[in-house]
Amino acid sequence: MTDAWTHLREFTAARLALGRSGGSLPTASLLDFRLAHARARDAVLSRFDPDQLAATLRPLDPRTSLLDSQAADRAEYLQRPDRGRKLDAASRERVLTLAGNHDLVILVSDGLSTFAAERQAPPTLAALLPLLQTDGWQLAPLLIVRHARVALQDEVGALIGARLSLILLGERPGLGSPDSLGAYFTHTPLPGRTDAERNCVSNIRPEGLAPAAAARKLHALLTSSRELGYSGYRLKDDTGPLLDPPARSVLT
Amino acid sequence: MLKFQASTGVMAYHLALGGTYHTFANLRTLLAKASPRRSGDELAGVAAASAEERVAAQMRLAEVPLRAFLDEPLIPAEEDEVTRLILERHDPAAFQPVAGMCVGEFREWLLRYETDGAALAAVAPGLTPEMVAAVSKIMGNQDLVLAAQKVRVTTRFRNTLGLPGRLSVRVQPNHPTDDPRGIAASILDGLLYGCGDAVIGINPATDDPAACAKLLRLMDRIITEYAIPTQSCVLAHVTTTMQCMERGEPVDLVFQSIAGTEAANRSFGISLELLREARGMALALGRGTLGDNVMYFETGQGSCLSANAHHGCDQQTLEARAYAVAREFSPLLVNTVVGFIGPEYLYDGKQIIRAGLEDHFCGKLLGLPMGCDVCYTNHAEADQDDMDTLLTLLGVGGVNFIMGVPGADDIMLNYQSTSFHDSHYLRQALGLRPAPEFEAWLERMKIFASRGNRLAPIERQHALLASAAVA
Repeated sequence: MTDAWTHLREFTAARLALGRSGGSLPTASLLDFRLAHARARDAVLSRFDPDQLAATLRPLDPRTSLLDSQAADRAEYLQRPDRGRKLDAASRERVLTLAGNHDLVILVSDGLSTFAAERQAPPTLAALLPLLQTDGWQLAPLLIVRHARVALQDEVGALIGARLSLILLGERPGLGSPDSLGAYFTHTPLPGRTDAERNCVSNIRPEGLAPAAAARKLHALLTSSRELGYSGYRLKDDTGPLLDPPARSVLT
Repeated sequence: MLKFQASTGVMAYHLALGGTYHTFANLRTLLAKASPRRSGDELAGVAAASAEERVAAQMRLAEVPLRAFLDEPLIPAEEDEVTRLILERHDPAAFQPVAGMCVGEFREWLLRYETDGAALAAVAPGLTPEMVAAVSKIMGNQDLVLAAQKVRVTTRFRNTLGLPGRLSVRVQPNHPTDDPRGIAASILDGLLYGCGDAVIGINPATDDPAACAKLLRLMDRIITEYAIPTQSCVLAHVTTTMQCMERGEPVDLVFQSIAGTEAANRSFGISLELLREARGMALALGRGTLGDNVMYFETGQGSCLSANAHHGCDQQTLEARAYAVAREFSPLLVNTVVGFIGPEYLYDGKQIIRAGLEDHFCGKLLGLPMGCDVCYTNHAEADQDDMDTLLTLLGVGGVNFIMGVPGADDIMLNYQSTSFHDSHYLRQALGLRPAPEFEAWLERMKIFASRGNRLAPIERQHALLASAAVA
């Protein structure tokens, strides 16, 4: 039985007026939901190939280098967020060899969505890097990190000697958004920085904040952060709507 | 007034098992190691190191007298107001029937034929969260369901929630930008599916008084226009809701997320004093027609660790301590948002199901109107079938209310909960009906067929679809 209020769907992306058989979901609605969940699961679980992504990004930065967090595999990554926030020993060594006088270091990671890193990071960087280069930013080599969490960029930024540190990584997939990328940056990165000291641009995907628009927003925010000498909640975004609201309490 | 015992001089617990001698440094450690396996306790470094050590801890815990939990506070009273609240509110007379028991005997007492709802309600003020958490750790899932089922906790604001044979639903009409028409559309979808008796409750995308006031007025208009016997809530921070009340906005229920330690509550920006003040303001509004349960609390295992305020305790014990905070304020609804926190605290469907049953049992035993957000995130090893299982078990256990999200997909918080359809499954499977006042309204509005508990066909001309809220 279809519902008489399918017209209400124009007001929201919520799964309204799904219809019913008795009180239960029609078959099409049930399978629709299952497909969305399957895509989200694939985004979380599909194997991340850093070499492949590096090959895609090398035309943008031939110095692109690969790193690993302390999370050995996907299952450990999901259960031990602390290990995703730290580099493994070999990667630490590699980063130290890259240390210098950098304005900005940019990291890319699969995070919670391999699809997001593969699909959104290349177009975002393709738009962002020329904007920064035109302004004369001294960029550290682009770094691809397997299984990273937000905050890992602070350790890397401190080791490599960068004034600002930016990470692009896959966000926790929603049912309708398996490939959404998040961007987080810190001024004067150091281990132990809090969420309040970072800025975030989220929902980067063609159906949300398109990669080119996200690059413009990041460019404006990074520029403003460099001028003011800090990042975090005090930093305002003049390019459009204000920054994303602070991270929600886990319970609300 | 109780004199608080100094937390020095704690004793260690030992158990010889075959050739192995197990030692647990203190009661806190014993509880943590006895807790059924979950990723959050492993992350905190408090979990048992092996499956055998876990059972050894459970065996030793079964022999611990219930009184020990009064004598050895897990978190010192001097540094934690939740501990002080627990000790101050403990009722020795109510405790009497079980005062001589150890944890294992207490489990058996809970499961006796003779121990009925009245006996459990009488003993509740004598139980502390730690006693209840302890016994839950040695109980199987079926024990948790059976014991919880004996307890009915009834609360009232504009309707009567928690009666036997009833299941209520919160309509959760969230929208990523708080768009009023988008939210109204989801509310109507829920009402037309016979849901919304627990509360119509919105998680706002923007937590400020002006934004919340718009949502409060929207819901108040719908509830008034159609004379719906239910209540509304914007799940904003308590201080935001207090500002709304000061400005004369139509606040029915005061919401707050709470946790089981003072430090975790501080990280949420709250204290017992603040909650007391907020409740006083809501009571003064006098908006409830049938009762004065004006608070709505949400909890969830792992929140203390997430706030770095766990004091070396396991997450399930701390969750039970949050219920001591809740019961201080006679809430209308307490909701454990069990699977929202993610796989680093509850890894998979098995852990989420177990935690949901523990929370429901512990809350009910402490006398709370427990509901459950049966839910999971996309990075947890869980799916809709796991939620069907937990939903069914909680239904059998007599859960007061569940969430109703359009199609189970919360497009603002990005996780999966239960749907309006899920509530009809549970109502049919177990013969459960909505709150009586709301049920009568559904029949009056011809949303339910007059034979009861079944959805009637709805025409495009239905009064709710003419609502100005979406016109």
